[in-house]
Amino acid sequence: MKAEYNEKALLQGLARSDKKAVETIYKENYNLIQTLVVKNNGTSEDAKDIFQEAMMVLFEKVQSGSFELNCQIRTFVYSVSRRLWLKKLMQQNRMSLAEGHEEVVSVDGEMEEHDRRNQEFTTMEKAMGGLGEPCKSLLEAFYIQKRSMNEIASSFGYTNAENAKNQKYKCLNRLKKLFFSHHNGS
Amino acid sequence: MDNNQILEAVERYIAGQMNPDERVYFEQLRKSNPEIDQLVVEHTFFLQQFSRFDETRKLKSILNETHIHLAEKGQIESPRLKGKARVVYLYNRYKRTAAIAASIAGITALTMSALIWQLSSHVKPAQEVQELRRDIKQLETKSNQLENKSNQLEKKVNIINDQTKVVKPLPAIEYKSGGTGFLVDTKGYVVTNAHVIEGARHVAIQGSNNTDMSAQIVYVDQARDIAILKITDKSFKSPASIPYAIRRSTADIAEPIYTLGYPRNDIVYGEGYLSARTGFNGDTLSCQITVAANRGNSGSPILNSKGEVIGILSAKQNTAEGAVFAIHSKYILNALTELQKDSSYKSIKIPASSSLKGSDRTQQVKKISDYVYMVKVD
Repeated sequence: MKAEYNEKALLQGLARSDKKAVETIYKENYNLIQTLVVKNNGTSEDAKDIFQEAMMVLFEKVQSGSFELNCQIRTFVYSVSRRLWLKKLMQQNRMSLAEGHEEVVSVDGEMEEHDRRNQEFTTMEKAMGGLGEPCKSLLEAFYIQKRSMNEIASSFGYTNAENAKNQKYKCLNRLKKLFFSHHNGS
Repeated sequence: MDNNQILEAVERYIAGQMNPDERVYFEQLRKSNPEIDQLVVEHTFFLQQFSRFDETRKLKSILNETHIHLAEKGQIESPRLKGKARVVYLYNRYKRTAAIAASIAGITALTMSALIWQLSSHVKPAQEVQELRRDIKQLETKSNQLENKSNQLEKKVNIINDQTKVVKPLPAIEYKSGGTGFLVDTKGYVVTNAHVIEGARHVAIQGSNNTDMSAQIVYVDQARDIAILKITDKSFKSPASIPYAIRRSTADIAEPIYTLGYPRNDIVYGEGYLSARTGFNGDTLSCQITVAANRGNSGSPILNSKGEVIGILSAKQNTAEGAVFAIHSKYILNALTELQKDSSYKSIKIPASSSLKGSDRTQQVKKISDYVYMVKVD
């Protein structure tokens, strides 16, 4: 019972991007994934990439608010990593996978969702990349760091908050245009 | 209402910042005006995308940080394969490539020797030699002209030489002079320049916590300007691993580099690029970099973006703007291998892979600064 409670707490921590929770999950599961990848023609560098991507999948799952995995974190991370590494191997025309006796669950839905999220992330990354400064910093200051318009005006050097706000909407419209042109194109 | 005002209203509506009256009015507007309705849907989606983007980015950086942190503390398996496992792994991975490469090499060798044998019977060697000699004569006249110029240059160089020597002694506070050094083995071996510890009676290492630790000189190579110290102080706590690697091959021109050193009592960061593969006066032991450097920077590690040490900062040319010289990292490796031959230093391990790859510069610097020390000399 206690283990179950801990797992739930860890997942809730992960949903908040809590460092302590991330570290605990990392510490307890990384070696397993490294063994899997290295045993199957991968490097420790590959293992790091695969494990971190699996952590992203877990993050996406708990972010939606459901902390009820129908299995242990270890099994979930292993199943996702296994899928991700198989996909990578298939791209290199190698199909086989040598494994130990680790339990595996189906993660089809999660993988589909993850691919979509990945796509969305790249789209936003591209749009932000095409935006340029000072628009990028201005939008991050307002929407991410949630700083007030007055603060932003003084740190960016606008004469007043009203001007900064106009500039912010100009930037926002440009970003939206870039984002939706990539988004609908892909 | 212009577009910005509409957008502002939409944002306030989504964020729930409208008062009840406004809200009722806006909802009616939404019902009657499909364009505004569409804008609300679209903007909600966009804001969600934007915040997800940020969350993903943040988590990615936390994951990278965690990886470095855990690897350093030894809580996850060492990021590199060692010994036999590595050989087996490399064999499995590259056996097919190696077989193909070997057969191509074989075929090429046979073809080449056949071609050479066939062609060589038609060539008159004597003529070729003559042509070459003429070339040399032409070159000789050119080289005479060059010699005159180089005589003039030599004078200038002598002046510069004197000036670079002036750079070498580096003042510090309690100790007479000092420089920078960095850890190359977890047991407390620190690399610095030989000129930093020249004529030293006592050497001390000062870490980021500002305490002095006594150290002992274990290796000096005047010609390559490399010295290795060992921290003998009891207060030294050896870390589980060193985050950076030492690169064996030469770095490329224009490769971005950065350095950390102690030109003053606090650690100072500087960034630049590799500007020439050779150092002062064509010196092949060193390379030229462009980075801000001051007295006390001697012995600072030069790192590339992957977190590999590519050299040790050693000197600066006073007569040229921004010309700083660094000793190639392979001489650090040579020095360490030399030292390993001595049975009492056999246990030295050379850091071979960097755990900093992929993390951003601020994170790299944060990690590395714990391994860069001020070297004080009495």
